Amino acid sequence: MNYTERFENVTVMGAAGKMGSGILLLTALEMADMSLKQENKGKTFLLYALDISQPALSGLMKYIQAQVVKAAEKKVVGLRKVYAEHRDLVENCDIINQYVMDVMNIIRPVTTLESAYESTLIFEAASENPDLKIKLFSQINQNNKRQPWFFTNTSSIPIGYLDKEAKLEGRVLGVHFYNPPAVQKLVEVIKAETTKPELAEFASQFIKSLRKIEVPSHDFAGFIGNGHFMRDALYGMSEAQKLTKEMSFVEAVYTINKVTQDYLIRPMGIFQLIDYVGIDVCQYIMKVMAPHVKDENIHSPLLDKFMEISIKGGQNHDGSQKDGFLKYEKGKVTGIYDPDKKQYIPTIDIAAKCDDRLGTLPKSMTTWKAVVGNPKKEEIFKNYFAELETMNTFGAKLAKEYAKRSKAIGQKLVMDKVAFNEKDVNTVLLTGFFHAYGPINDYLN
Amino acid sequence: MKLRRKIYMVAGYNTISMGTGRKEFNPKKERAGLEELLKEAGQGVLKQIGGAKNVDECVIGNFIAARFNKQANLAGFFPYIDEGLTFKPCIRVEGACGTGALALASGIRSVLAETAEVVLVMGVEVQNTVKAIYGADILAAAGWAKERKDGHAYFFPGKFSDRAGKYFEKFGREKTRKAMAQWYVNAIENARLCPTAQEFHNTTKDLMAQGLLEPNPKGFVDNLNVFDCSKVSDGASGIAVVSEEGLKRCGIDIKDAVEIVGLGQSEYDITKPPADFTKLETTANAVKKALEMAGIKKEQIATVETHDCFTIAGIMAVEAIGFAGHGEGPDYVLTGNTSRKGKVPFNTTGGLVGWGHPTGATGVHQAVTILEQLTGKAGNAQIEIPKDRPYGLSVNMGGDDKTLVSIVYKKTT
Repeated sequence: MNYTERFENVTVMGAAGKMGSGILLLTALEMADMSLKQENKGKTFLLYALDISQPALSGLMKYIQAQVVKAAEKKVVGLRKVYAEHRDLVENCDIINQYVMDVMNIIRPVTTLESAYESTLIFEAASENPDLKIKLFSQINQNNKRQPWFFTNTSSIPIGYLDKEAKLEGRVLGVHFYNPPAVQKLVEVIKAETTKPELAEFASQFIKSLRKIEVPSHDFAGFIGNGHFMRDALYGMSEAQKLTKEMSFVEAVYTINKVTQDYLIRPMGIFQLIDYVGIDVCQYIMKVMAPHVKDENIHSPLLDKFMEISIKGGQNHDGSQKDGFLKYEKGKVTGIYDPDKKQYIPTIDIAAKCDDRLGTLPKSMTTWKAVVGNPKKEEIFKNYFAELETMNTFGAKLAKEYAKRSKAIGQKLVMDKVAFNEKDVNTVLLTGFFHAYGPINDYLN
Repeated sequence: MKLRRKIYMVAGYNTISMGTGRKEFNPKKERAGLEELLKEAGQGVLKQIGGAKNVDECVIGNFIAARFNKQANLAGFFPYIDEGLTFKPCIRVEGACGTGALALASGIRSVLAETAEVVLVMGVEVQNTVKAIYGADILAAAGWAKERKDGHAYFFPGKFSDRAGKYFEKFGREKTRKAMAQWYVNAIENARLCPTAQEFHNTTKDLMAQGLLEPNPKGFVDNLNVFDCSKVSDGASGIAVVSEEGLKRCGIDIKDAVEIVGLGQSEYDITKPPADFTKLETTANAVKKALEMAGIKKEQIATVETHDCFTIAGIMAVEAIGFAGHGEGPDYVLTGNTSRKGKVPFNTTGGLVGWGHPTGATGVHQAVTILEQLTGKAGNAQIEIPKDRPYGLSVNMGGDDKTLVSIVYKKTT
């Protein structure tokens, strides 16, 4: 079965979810482009969008259509060539409309698992629950006579474990897209020891065709992305906890969030990132990772505490940020939650005091936004961290410790044979987390 | 041929050229449409000429509101601009991007025909109603409809990209691309001096680097980058075409007027490709006729407003007018001759690339700019008009060198 044949019957599980909808969109576009090739005329391409909720599927179809229109508008220069023989399609709008119809015509929204019984390729983006995934995989595998391939979007569960428990005989591969899949360039690919090599070869071709960046990771819980992020988050939370000896919890969260965003020149502070991913998701990923990590305690009592009071972060359906550790208004941080007072304290009430404690800012400090696209950023960071090195303010000290810890986490991922090399760790942070520099660097001595 | 009466243009008015680049532009928010822009520009002219009562006829130029705004019959907006225009003879003309100057030509003819002493001439286009990719479909109507299917997604950029490609082959890519970038630099630097220009707020430091950006054939066209292209603009312009009697009636001092001394119009078969892709032959023909009617040589021209819908069109127009030989346009531009401090400053408020290109209004905007320059009212964009060269020239083009109007203006004092 070649690349095209494999794509003739595909299912995306959890298609209406945040990750599933993105994977569905990318797959639908890829399949439509194949179906429009001269040599594939007459072949039928089917893409089942499988989810448990009909209303969610209705919403999904609207989302997909809007996204396909955007994609078509972007690639209309090429589409005019694809439809050159269709003499009735004259204007760009004719061509765009036809393409949207051709893509939508491939997708079948369904709620029954039976749809996947004919598929040769199954993308799984169900919730991050090992037992659920195993149950779904087993059931499909037992009823599908076509020896389907399972591509799971898990960000933390070992692939070998899924393979063994669901009895997939090596027909499973970790293909971990980053959120949102339609935009993020990074795809982590995880082979279990048992995974058949042709799955990875196929995935590489697919990822290349999507013009995304593939980074391989060893099959170890959390892989590279969450392997770094969860430890980085744990460190941030423990540092904040430590600070509560000399300041309030709210001030400590403000301080660490500011150090991790402004001093480390990252796109967002660590508490904002936890909110973005979701406090619930972070807690769940740690729970999945913990049993597989022997020499560290991957667990946060602080996350448990927030979950108990039902503050979960994450995003609303329209993509806006829900409140978590921090409170957001129009995407901007405006408050920090005080678990004792059970309310958000406005940041303006405490900012001046905390900033004062952090001390004077480094002169060469810049913002992530200003530097991320700068071709000379390497030099900018060199100068910046050299200045930070000489500084002894409270803020500088926290930042230096944090950067060192982030580097150590990255190096340990290589040492523990999670990542193949240091470059891969940096690539994941640069492309999956939009950092402007990799954590493994020589900026600080 | 000579003009059988003295013709003047007075009382110019340009709205802002609205679109990307302007700080106040937000594609998601509602903004001024045909009605508001026409009212602003129309009233802007009427105030300067003593009101609607002094107007005999009106001409409006609009390319294709029927598609951008689902609006035709634009002459009907004159009485909307001012009740005083009710029951006056009004007409709408169209010649794609050359519409504006066709409207001027129509006004000039009315005065020559002595059916009018004062003609209110306007141009308008509102194009930000659709995304650029759909706007490209609409603007493609300036070409032959039967070529659309096999044309580029961005039809007109595609046409001029083909011309640029042929020019590169014949005269060298590197120098020509540099000259195109220089054209862009001049356009933006001039636009920064004109508060109504679309690029007035432009603060880019390294304009040359932007201009030299390599074209991206996959997403756009083969031989042009986006900076080589004029903008998607909303705007209206107005001016009055008057006789000597009209001047008196409006109470306008002759020093505030420019005299029209030459008009050249020329048309080429819309179904035929250019005989030579590296030349604007219809442009050359129209300019030649305009200069002949004016009885002047190109060396007497102090400033030019030319139709740089694309930077390459600007360079080819320099050759078509005759300032540089065939293939020597890039050198002429690179040595600074067309910059605001050069021998013949071109497009002193940015032209189509810098000021903006509200298609049906562009020809009128060009006339307003020259009127302002020759009467010393160009504000920060003012250039020096040498005493021995009291002339301005405009070139307005519809389609790919198809519908051409060139006008020669003379300083009155």
